[in-house]
Amino acid sequence: MKQGLKTLTIRSSPHIGAVSSVDTIMFNVVLAMLPVCLFSIYAFGLSAVLVLITAVVSCVLTEHLLCRINGIPTTVGDWSAAITGILLGLTLPPGLPLWMVAAGGVIGIGGSKFLFGGLGCNAFNPALIGRAVLQAAFPAAMTSWMRQTQGRFQSLPSSTLTVPFTKPVYVDGVSAATPLSAWKFEEKATSTPDLLMGLTTGSTGETCAILIIIGGVYLVARKMMSWQIPVSILGTVAIFCTILHLIDPSRYAGPMFHMFSGGLMLGAVFMATDMVGSPITHRGCVVYGVLIGFLTVLIRVWGGMPDGVMYAILIGNAASPHIDHWIQPKVYGSAVKGVPS
Amino acid sequence: MSAGVTDLFGSKTFAHGIHPPDSKDDTRGLPIQQFQFAPLLVVPLSQHIGKPALPIVGEGAEVTRGQCIAEADGFMSVPIHAPATGLIRRIALSPAINGKMEPAFFLEPFPASTQEVIEGTPCDIDSASPETIIAAVQQTGVVGLGGAGFPTHAKLKIPDGKFIDTLLINGAECEPYLTTDHRVMLEHADDVMKGIPYLMRATGATQTVIAVESNKVDAADRLRAAVPIGAPITVEVLPVKYPQGAEKMLTAAVLGREVPSGGLPLDVHVVCVNVGTTAELGKLLPHAMGLHERIITVGGPAVKKKGNYRIPIGTTLRFILDAVGTEDDLSTVIMGGPMMGNAASSLDIPITKGTAGVIAYSQRDTGKMISRKEYPCIRCAYCVDACPLFLNPSQLGLLASQNKHDAMVEEFNLMDCFECGCCTFVCPSHIPLVQKFRIAKRAIRKAKANE
Repeated sequence: MKQGLKTLTIRSSPHIGAVSSVDTIMFNVVLAMLPVCLFSIYAFGLSAVLVLITAVVSCVLTEHLLCRINGIPTTVGDWSAAITGILLGLTLPPGLPLWMVAAGGVIGIGGSKFLFGGLGCNAFNPALIGRAVLQAAFPAAMTSWMRQTQGRFQSLPSSTLTVPFTKPVYVDGVSAATPLSAWKFEEKATSTPDLLMGLTTGSTGETCAILIIIGGVYLVARKMMSWQIPVSILGTVAIFCTILHLIDPSRYAGPMFHMFSGGLMLGAVFMATDMVGSPITHRGCVVYGVLIGFLTVLIRVWGGMPDGVMYAILIGNAASPHIDHWIQPKVYGSAVKGVPS
Repeated sequence: MSAGVTDLFGSKTFAHGIHPPDSKDDTRGLPIQQFQFAPLLVVPLSQHIGKPALPIVGEGAEVTRGQCIAEADGFMSVPIHAPATGLIRRIALSPAINGKMEPAFFLEPFPASTQEVIEGTPCDIDSASPETIIAAVQQTGVVGLGGAGFPTHAKLKIPDGKFIDTLLINGAECEPYLTTDHRVMLEHADDVMKGIPYLMRATGATQTVIAVESNKVDAADRLRAAVPIGAPITVEVLPVKYPQGAEKMLTAAVLGREVPSGGLPLDVHVVCVNVGTTAELGKLLPHAMGLHERIITVGGPAVKKKGNYRIPIGTTLRFILDAVGTEDDLSTVIMGGPMMGNAASSLDIPITKGTAGVIAYSQRDTGKMISRKEYPCIRCAYCVDACPLFLNPSQLGLLASQNKHDAMVEEFNLMDCFECGCCTFVCPSHIPLVQKFRIAKRAIRKAKANE
C-alpha cells in the first residue's frame, strides 16, 4: 500500500450526495424574483430602487447583527434573509417612507424569524409578518399608492425621505387607487391586459403578473417550488369568483380580474410557497392552497380591505402544521394491494 | 399509489426513489477477469445473516479448493468452503466490516498448486423434492450475493400455508459503480438459465420474471436470447431508478404488488433472488460445488485498474488495492456500493460472500462530502418525495434529534425503513437522516432486547 496512507476515513452510508443545498435553492429563488424587481424599478423608478434596497439591507443587517449579538456564526450566507427583504420590498407601496420599510424588515426578521429559532423554525412568512405589522401601524401610508409617473427616474416622491417617526406628506394627484380598491370603492374595473403587463398602480412588485409567473415556472422546473400551491390557490380563486360573477356580474368582478390583480399572483407564487410555512405532502399543499384561495376571495369580497392575500397566507401558515398532522404520506405496505388470492 | 406505477415513457417502476449518477461507464464494458491468489487468505466463519459456521478442519490442516472447511450450524447458517488449495495456518480473530473482530481461517495457498476445484455428487433436478434442492443449495454455501448476505436456501423454504407464484430475478443493480450483475448477465446468461429451474422447483413458482434496468439493455437482450424455448421466463426492462433492487421496490415495480409492512415478498406470493446468486447456483449446483470465489467490481475515483474481477473469498482489501493500484491520496474504501455499502476501517478486512463491490475514493472526493455544511431542516419535502416507502424522513429526523423513539416507531413507521439512504442523498440541508434512523433503530432494538 502507498506510503502516504496514514488513515482511512469512515462514515456511515450513503457516501454520495446530491449537489443541491439550501443556499443554492435560496439563491435560485432570488434569481427568479429578479425580473419582477427590475420591472418594479421600471414602473416606479427611484422610489422602488430605494424601497427594495432598504428592505433587503434592513433584513440582512438585522439577521447578521442578531447572530453576532447571540455569538453564533452569521447565517446571511444562506440567502434566506435576502429573500425576505426582496419579498417585503415587493409588497410595499413604492412611495412608503424608507424608515417604515426598514422597520418592517427589522420586525419581520427579528420578530418572526430569529425569535422563533431562525431558518426553518419560523411559523409564519417573515416578509408578510413585517408587512402585516406595518399595515396595522401605518394604515394611511400603507394604502397611499403612487402612480407610474413620467418623472420617476429624476425625482423621488415627497413621502420617501420622510424623517423617521414623523408623518409622511403626500402631494395631491400623485397617488391613485389600485385596481382592487377602484373596484371595491368606486366599482371601476381594470382591463386584464393592463393587469398582466403591470400597467397599474399597486405595491412595488405585484403589478406585473406575467413576470411573476415566469419566475414561478423557472422554480418549478428546477424542482425548487411546489406547483401544487400556486395552482390550487389560483384555481380556487378562479372557480369561486366565476361562481360569484355568474350570480351577479355587477357586484362581483370576474375571475381574470381577481387572479391578476392585487398581491394574489405574488403571494401565490413567491410567498405561500415558502417551504418552511407550507405543508410537507403534495395533498397537504393542495388543501393549504384551497384554504388560502378561499380566504383571499372571502376577504376581498366581503372584508373591509380591498386585498386579503396577506392575511389569507398568514392563516394558511398557521394551519399548515395542522394540515401536516392530518395528512401524512401513505406508508408503503400499509394497505395490501394487488395481491392475487 | 405507492405500489407499482408507470413512468412517463410507459415503463413499469416503483413510486418515489432517486436518480444518483450511475457511474458505471468505467467498468460496464470490462469482461470478468480472474484475480490472482493472495499469499494469505482470511476466510471469516460468519459471512452471512444467522449463526456462524462451525469449523471442521483444524490449524495445520491441508485443504483443497472448494472443500467444505466449516459446516452450517443449523438451518439459518451456511457452510464455508476453502477458496484455495493450501494450508490452514491458524484460526484466529480478524477485523470485519462491521467494526468487530471475528473468527476466521488464515489460509496460505500452495503456490505450485493447480487449484482444481473439488466436486461433489449433484442432486438430479428432475426427481429431487423441494427439500432436497433446498438442502443442496445450503450445501453450496450461497447467500444473497447482492450484499444482504441472507442465506439463499432459507429464502426458498416457503412456510406452510403460503404459496409462491412468481420467482423474481433481480438484475436491477441500482447501486452506482457496481457492474458485476451486468457482466454476469452478459457473460453467464446460461448459468442464470440453469439456476432458475432449481429455484422454481424449490419454491413452486410457476413463472419467472427477470428484471433489468434500462442501462443494461444489452444484458436483457442476451438473457432473452438464452431463455430455453417454452420456458415460463420473461425479461422485463425497468427505467433506471434507485433503490429498484430492493425486493419490496422490485415487487411493486414488476408485479404491482405491495409487500405488507413488516412482511416479506412471500406474503404476496413472490420470491426475489439476485441474478448473480442465481447464476452462481446454476454454476455450482450441477457439480455440487461450494462457493469459493465471487465477482466484484473494483472501482471508484481512486482506483487505477478498474474492473470486474472474480476474486477468491478471503482476499484482503489491501491485496486487492495493491494489485489494481490506487491514487496516492486514497482515503475511503467502501465494501458494496456508495449508497448502502460500508466504509472499511482497516485494509486487512477480507472480502466475503456478500461483497459486490470495492469502491475507493481519494481525499478530494471524501473531503467534499465531509466538509458539507449542515443547515436546519427547511421542510422542502425532498426527502418525503424520495422515500420509496412513503415515510416522512423530515419528521422522523426531527423526532430523532429529540430522542422520541416511541413516536418514531408508532406514529411514523420507523421500523419499515430499510436504510436505502435516499433521504440523506437528496437533503439540501445535508442532514444525516438515515444515519440518525440507524442509531434510533439500534437503540430501540437494544431496549427491546433488555426488556
